[in-house]
Amino acid sequence: MSFIVELIISIFLLLGGLFVLVGSIGLLRLKDFYVRLHAPTKATTLGLGGILIASMIYMYFMQGYVSVNELLITLFLVITAPVTAHILAKVAMHHRVEVSENTRNQHLIETARMQLPPEQDKEKKTPAEKR
Amino acid sequence: MLETTVNLVAGMLCIALVLNLWRLLIGPHIVDRILALDTMYINSIALILLYGIYNRTPLYFEAALLIAMLGFVSSVAFGKYLLRGDIIE
Repeated sequence: MSFIVELIISIFLLLGGLFVLVGSIGLLRLKDFYVRLHAPTKATTLGLGGILIASMIYMYFMQGYVSVNELLITLFLVITAPVTAHILAKVAMHHRVEVSENTRNQHLIETARMQLPPEQDKEKKTPAEKR
Repeated sequence: MLETTVNLVAGMLCIALVLNLWRLLIGPHIVDRILALDTMYINSIALILLYGIYNRTPLYFEAALLIAMLGFVSSVAFGKYLLRGDIIE
């Protein structure tokens, strides 16, 4: 394996590892759940994507053909990560998880919980404005 | 050069796993704990792929695929249980 190929694989690996690390630091440091949900999704798509691309290039130069397994893992993760994030956000909404003061658009949580469109809330000034 | 990079990235992934474990332990609400567990699944998939590169074998991709599927199903099952009080209605 030549130096250039190893360099390319190393760059992709470092990029992926950096994104995974940043996602976990964000998961630990950010303030409330809705903000915290934002960080690990980047670790899923960009971080694991980088590591999978590196693995794909490496296996291509080691075996001589492209295996479908990495593509399958990428496809599966890209499909399932938003579903998990959506279900977790819904759980947080229905369990009324604590929201920090700086989180934007907090007044939409209650209307989304009651499944109302956002315009009705502005006229009525319901519990959303008081929060 | 590749071995050095693989060791470095493995160290980064281990630090990320420890940070996720910290959030899993202190998480104020149960949703935080589920999110931390889901992130730990993702990081362990990355670690298994890295181990495959380190050992120069394509043998571990099936394990990574299995962990990806089981992690997704378990996270969704936790979420459904918290939402509806039941997993399959």
